[in-house]
Amino acid sequence: FPGLADVSISQDIPVEGEITVPVGSQSPDEDYSTLDEPVKDTIMRDLKAVGKKFVHVMYPRKSSALLRDWDLWGPLVLCVSLALMLQGGSADSKDDGGPQFAEVFVIIWFGAVVITLNSKLLGGTISFFQSLCVLGYCVMPLTVAMLVCRLVLLAGGGTVSFIIRLIVVGAMFGWSTLASTAFLADSQPPNRKALVVYPIFLFYFVISWMILTFTPQ
Amino acid sequence: IACLVMYLFAEFDDAANLLAANPDATTISIDEPVEIPKSQHSRLQEPGREEDDELLGTDDSDKTELLAGQKKSAPFWTFEYYQTFFDVDTYQVLDRIKGSVFPVPGKNFVRLYIRSNPDLYGPFWICATLVFAIAVSGNLSNFFIHLGKPTYHYVPEFRKVSIAATTIYAYAWLVPLALWGFLMWRNSKVMNIVSYSFLEIVCVYGYSLFIYIPTAILWIIPQKVVRWVLMVFSLCLSGSVLVMTFWPAVRDDNRRIAVATVAAILLLHALLSVGCLAYFFDAPELDIPPPIIPAHNGTTVITKSQ
Repeated sequence: FPGLADVSISQDIPVEGEITVPVGSQSPDEDYSTLDEPVKDTIMRDLKAVGKKFVHVMYPRKSSALLRDWDLWGPLVLCVSLALMLQGGSADSKDDGGPQFAEVFVIIWFGAVVITLNSKLLGGTISFFQSLCVLGYCVMPLTVAMLVCRLVLLAGGGTVSFIIRLIVVGAMFGWSTLASTAFLADSQPPNRKALVVYPIFLFYFVISWMILTFTPQ
Repeated sequence: IACLVMYLFAEFDDAANLLAANPDATTISIDEPVEIPKSQHSRLQEPGREEDDELLGTDDSDKTELLAGQKKSAPFWTFEYYQTFFDVDTYQVLDRIKGSVFPVPGKNFVRLYIRSNPDLYGPFWICATLVFAIAVSGNLSNFFIHLGKPTYHYVPEFRKVSIAATTIYAYAWLVPLALWGFLMWRNSKVMNIVSYSFLEIVCVYGYSLFIYIPTAILWIIPQKVVRWVLMVFSLCLSGSVLVMTFWPAVRDDNRRIAVATVAAILLLHALLSVGCLAYFFDAPELDIPPPIIPAHNGTTVITKSQ
């Protein structure tokens, strides 16, 4: 440092001060300590986070909120409600009916895990739980479709109701696939995008098929 | 000798292409061309093996052939080890599917398309698609066949999905295991030119099942003749891929064992497709008594079901 060669400290300026490291009161955890807050605050914060993600799925834009703050509450709620709504289908024997509760659960979660593993093995940069979170949240349009289908079926079966259900399920299937692709496609290597998108398409297609073929008693 | 010289020039050409594409690459000698010296030996002994030239091919669809031997070096408990089995691009997967659907006579699927880069993406997702294609098409076809019958009530038959999944995944993974074990055993007794790794066999089986996906969708058509024609057609295509792959591996063996092996491969393949057709798709003409519909003027008209 050539400019400092001629700097010297004169003897009559006292060098004084305090050399202590402040302990405790300024630790970075203080701002995020949530142990003392009322339970209602904790629950509302998580609910708001989940709700925000639902809104993101409804209007899929390139936002990082869904990816950054992943949680699995939303997917769990959606999966359970979808599996519950798929119960009560008609069957002459146990073997011929629609999917059981456990089967829906396994298909959704195991399918999501397999797709996530697939995208990671192909060289994707997204983390495991982020991908599970996105895939789970994007089941929401299909859950809405299931609700609509059950309402339409309350009005009666028949060709017209089938066509309405087909259109609704088809539209929601497209929405789900596009929403999840919008979130996940960026993290994939460019020459393998189709290899990653196809399993997602298959996953939502299977769920749509389960919804469309639901026939009540 | 001229064959040998031309063959060596072809190999140098490949190496030159590769070095031009990637000048920093170090070329090392690795396992896959180990089969080449053996084939050179046999070429000197039996000049009738020119097809091995074509089998090795100079297709540019996979430029990483010479470097392929050094990739599987991660220990098997790390994630990177399994990533080496998914080292394919979209166009490579599409190429392999194309190669399984349009088998070129004389060209070996493994040599031409897999080329020491077997992937697990194709076999796994083709099997998954096939499972759902068969289950969905079977359900749809049963629905159309029984449509209009008064006693019929539609059921989704979801149980059949798990049965389809078990069958197809067992076929696509256990049969290659058995075949690989058998080939390894024969390899220890008879020196073969061509030997395949387990993953290459899984790859061939997986990609050969692709033709059954459009076949399963077309099986919705409720005509027996159409279904059997489709089945024979797809059996020929995928069977030919399998035969052309495995015949070079067994032809050095005892003639009877070679023929028996290839026959067993084809038989299992046929059994799979016949079984799927029989179990998931109801027969188009059912022998239920035709419904009797009273017509307006009081006489009864018996309508024959199609």
